[in-house]
Amino acid sequence: MSFFALCWSLLDGLAVTLLLTAGGSLVAIGLAWIAGLGRLSTHRVVRATAAVYVEVFRGTSALVQLYWFFYALPLLGVHLSPLVTGVVVLGLNIGAYGAEVVRGAIVSIGSDQREAAVALNMTRRQQLWLVIVPQALLRMLPPAGNLLIELMKATALVSLITLSDLTFRGMILRAETLDTVQVFGLLLLIYFGIGQALIVGVRALERRVAGRWHMGRAT
Amino acid sequence: MAYGACNVTFDWSIALETLPALLSALRITAFATVLGMLAAAVLGLVWAIARRSPKRMVSSLAGLAVEFIRSTPLLIQIYFLFYVLPEIGIVMSPMFTGVIALGLHYSAYLSEVYRAGVEGVPKGQWEAARALNLGRLETWRLVILPQALPPVVPAMGNYLIAMFKDTPMLSAITVLELLQTAKVIGAERFRYLEPLTLVGLLFLLLSLGASLLVRWGEGYLGKAQAR
Repeated sequence: MSFFALCWSLLDGLAVTLLLTAGGSLVAIGLAWIAGLGRLSTHRVVRATAAVYVEVFRGTSALVQLYWFFYALPLLGVHLSPLVTGVVVLGLNIGAYGAEVVRGAIVSIGSDQREAAVALNMTRRQQLWLVIVPQALLRMLPPAGNLLIELMKATALVSLITLSDLTFRGMILRAETLDTVQVFGLLLLIYFGIGQALIVGVRALERRVAGRWHMGRAT
Repeated sequence: MAYGACNVTFDWSIALETLPALLSALRITAFATVLGMLAAAVLGLVWAIARRSPKRMVSSLAGLAVEFIRSTPLLIQIYFLFYVLPEIGIVMSPMFTGVIALGLHYSAYLSEVYRAGVEGVPKGQWEAARALNLGRLETWRLVILPQALPPVVPAMGNYLIAMFKDTPMLSAITVLELLQTAKVIGAERFRYLEPLTLVGLLFLLLSLGASLLVRWGEGYLGKAQAR
């Protein structure tokens, strides 16, 4: 099989992988903010709920979560399609790690900033969104970029719950052609390419955020 | 399983029945984690030293390899070794193939950990080693590593936990570890809920326990260094 024929037959799978990466990261970003801010809430119930979510999804394995949602959840009456299962589980898993990134960055902003905001008579909401978050955002981006790569890599797991992503297509192609080295080598290169593109994207975002708030260099 | 089976509830008696099989599978998981970590610790050190090689060629190749291994999925690396190694005449059990894949993947992460440790050693130590006329090997063995390694041990603990949570991927190449055992039990009894939930709980308990240990280690090291 020629190189281009190989690439062509993997394209459909690539679309699924990209869709999962995009969908999963949207869910993860949403959950990371909700749970990250939730852990800093003044309400004990909100704090505890966020903490339980973070510990459960960080403490168990992504593949175990995927299987649980795919095999066990339908028995409890919740039926999700494999694609939705993939997006939800990837989002929940990486979102839990992301919550710690959000929390860590917000906690790292010095108390003098909060005191200054209090002195300016800002409400708690204003303190958070106008003073703390804009500064914390820049510190969140590098670890968030690493998590994005982790999420992209974790999308390969959905091939084990029958979704025909890049890895799944690769397995079929390997079985057909028996060109193991070529097929898997190409798969690895494609994932590496996606990863490098994501890194470039996150770096560009860091520069924009740093420029927007005139705050030094993005480290 | 039919659609009518919606109102299944968690059955503790089934959970208790499946627990012994899961606990014995946990030994396989633990074995893979420990061996994988040993491989990663050794190989990671090789990467870290290669990246500081005075030969540009060696250091940039090592850097590229680490970046490549780190940003491609572990699952495909496992498949790659599983299918390619026999083709080039290396036949071994799926378990050991899996251990090598885990070790290789995490060696890339650990090389970053080592690098942080090595960068933490003051530059004067390198100069002192040179002044004492130590060779490259002796400099690493006698001067740099004894100072670079202890501070990074807790960080390595975090990767041990991460690797532990990645061992279920070995089920993809037929290793009967914790998750695969739960799946087999589920298929035999048509009860996925209890075994899969138990596997989740086992992972949760063990990784939470381990991360408490790591945090304690960090505190202990912090105190030891302050002294």
